[in-house]
Amino acid sequence: MNEVRVGVFVCHCGTNIGGFLDVPGLAKYALSLPHVVFAKDNQYTCSEAGLTEIKNAVAENKLNRVVVASCTPRTHEPLFRSTCKEAGLNPYLFQFVNIRDQCSWVHMHETGRATEKAKALIRMGVARAVLLEPLEETEVDVNPCALVIGGGIAGMTCALSLASRGFEVKLIEKENRLGGILSSLYKLYPTHENASNLVQAKAKKIEKNPKIEVLTSSEVKELKGFVGNYDVTVKHGEKERLFKAGVIVVATGAEEFKPVGMYGYDGETVITQMELERIFKEGKLNADTVVMIQCVGSRNEKRAYCSKVCCPTALKNAMLIKEANPDSQVFVLYRDMVTQGTIYEDYYGKARETGITFIKYSPERQPVLENKSVRVYDELLGEELSLPYDLVVLSTPMIARNDARDLAQKLKVPVDENGFFLEAHVKLRPVDFATDGIYMCGCAHWPANGSESISQAYGAASRASIPMSVGHVKTEPLIPVVNEDECSGCSLCEMTCPFNAIRVEETEKGRKAKVIAASCKGCGACGAGCPQMAITMRHFTDEQLLAQVVALAEVAP
Amino acid sequence: MSLKEGFEPDILGFLCNWCSYASADLAGVSRMQYPPNVKVIRVMCSARVDPTIVVEAFIQGLDGVMVLGCHLGTCHYMTGNYYTERRMKTTKSVLKKVGLSSERLLVDWVSAAEGERFATLVRKFTEKVRKLGPLGKETDLKPEQLKTRLTAAKEALAQERIRWLVGRERELVEEKNVFGEKVSQEEFDQLMLQTVEKELAKRRLLLSLGEDALSVKEIAKRVKASPREVLRNMVSLEHDGLVSVVGIEGNSPKYRRAGG
Repeated sequence: MNEVRVGVFVCHCGTNIGGFLDVPGLAKYALSLPHVVFAKDNQYTCSEAGLTEIKNAVAENKLNRVVVASCTPRTHEPLFRSTCKEAGLNPYLFQFVNIRDQCSWVHMHETGRATEKAKALIRMGVARAVLLEPLEETEVDVNPCALVIGGGIAGMTCALSLASRGFEVKLIEKENRLGGILSSLYKLYPTHENASNLVQAKAKKIEKNPKIEVLTSSEVKELKGFVGNYDVTVKHGEKERLFKAGVIVVATGAEEFKPVGMYGYDGETVITQMELERIFKEGKLNADTVVMIQCVGSRNEKRAYCSKVCCPTALKNAMLIKEANPDSQVFVLYRDMVTQGTIYEDYYGKARETGITFIKYSPERQPVLENKSVRVYDELLGEELSLPYDLVVLSTPMIARNDARDLAQKLKVPVDENGFFLEAHVKLRPVDFATDGIYMCGCAHWPANGSESISQAYGAASRASIPMSVGHVKTEPLIPVVNEDECSGCSLCEMTCPFNAIRVEETEKGRKAKVIAASCKGCGACGAGCPQMAITMRHFTDEQLLAQVVALAEVAP
Repeated sequence: MSLKEGFEPDILGFLCNWCSYASADLAGVSRMQYPPNVKVIRVMCSARVDPTIVVEAFIQGLDGVMVLGCHLGTCHYMTGNYYTERRMKTTKSVLKKVGLSSERLLVDWVSAAEGERFATLVRKFTEKVRKLGPLGKETDLKPEQLKTRLTAAKEALAQERIRWLVGRERELVEEKNVFGEKVSQEEFDQLMLQTVEKELAKRRLLLSLGEDALSVKEIAKRVKASPREVLRNMVSLEHDGLVSVVGIEGNSPKYRRAGG
């Protein structure tokens, strides 16, 4: 079957196309084009009758290319492709021509010119169809082992969830014990349960789980590979461990911002909320008058975001102080009290009932510490107050860990302007990275409280399970192909690709770009920028696009 | 479409599958009416559009080209349209050097939800190109001359130097190089312009040389440039391995296309 034999099917789509274009005329015109051996108009090409006609025509006329001129590939390409497949034709030998959404519907009052446009579109479609090549999807096996980086509440929950589905898990923790930030906390809002109870219960479950291997005092040193087949090098003290993983979950958490140089922070009488938690844990609180200041180091020019866990934390700690000593005085100086949700607004109400004093300040008139008292302008009262204190507690934001960027580079995933890991889509793919096979949960992504970290961990575990449960990932046939003789190994393609799907490697012929089919999304950005023009984008080759351009420029016969 | 009714431009549109093509479909579903001058080629991402293909469209005689992608920051492929933006910026400057109006190339962003915006862009662009007139009307070049210049432009855009610079722009301008230096946007644009000018001049020399063996003086006469400038570019072409010296005529070296 060397001869190219194109069949063109022009759809009336009832009156949607037929009512505005000369559809029989278009079919007749199509038959006049080079390589077209069959052309026909149908009432509804997508109907059972229309599809049967395609299949029959392929068999009877030995068609090896099918062109349908009808609605839009965005809705109907899969249907016609599978019809081609049923007819014994490779589905990538199908070409769509949009003459409804982008022609008959938008030029309803000029049948003549619209029909001329449809002719040009069909001419372009046929020109490309002639050059189409059969393509095959291939499959790559997925190693059913997950690497979870970070042993805080998010990482531990995720590891347990993955193990409960029967997958092997390697849980890597930088510190010498599991627990993360929660290990430093006293009680958790809004339930006031002991943080250490929660952490210890999880850690115990992990210890007992034969599917999970924990490596403490360990860090990821290097990562190679792609979804399903990652090669991980972990640094464990002086030693290095190598293992394979199919998927990766980033659960490295965040840290508390230390307000050095702000409000006379000294770690003794002016401390942070986290330091207050430690004092609680040790049972050493000795202060009758406590002033808390919210939004210290956040929601400003340097750090614009709201860390959102600090308001409930302040409420909780203020309540704990009042609980321990009802005669104590607690002031919370706030800009806006952020207590979203059905539970937290009640929680705020409860805090107010305990006699905590809330004072609103504005960012233009920040509180000032002088002579063992806090001077603050009360926005609601409209006057300046002076509050003597035994202890000042600064509510500082959670910030990205300083080694987050380093890890991001090793994994080749992005971080946002604040250094937090950046998800693939803020709404639609909240725990995925754009790179297949890598996921995230907990504070590594954004300041989150315990329950949020846990739900994200379940989400990430669920997402990460998908390729491991399926057992393989399908590789896109719309991928670039590198002409190694032309490739100079310059790495521009590697820098261009956001999916790490093309990489320069040492080969017998020198440094050459290699395509990692399993990671490629088929955008074609690498090829259109290649300095040597050594990359061909399958299914959207230069030749195919140029043929369309030339066909458009041709004067209709 | 008789000539009496006035000039109707032929326009090619490259639309990305995820945003701009979807917006065109939405315009259809909403029955928004716009002129039928634009014919569309669907690509997965606007970053697939190689600058050489855009120039080829003009070589083929089309009057305008539009490249529409997702809004910056919302590319289905994360960063694709940033590359489109930079590549098309260079393409526009090359078209300008050729003598064409850079307004014949429209680069813009449309989301899948912006059917009306798509229809408006098509209306406005069609009107703009209609006003510009048939391709080359803004130049005093004969059609054949314009075609030669565009061919030189296409070859220049296929050149390693320009493509490498375009590909590295973001990195060079936004990040520091290995020596800890940052290039300002103005410096980069200047460098790019010089490179474009030089590559274009070289490609034009190469095209004018054809299959002949010519002295620098003769070439200078053909392209109406100073022998000094021609010599400099011929040396550079020789360095690229595209021409070789085949003799000396008086004190002027004779060149021929290499490998031919």
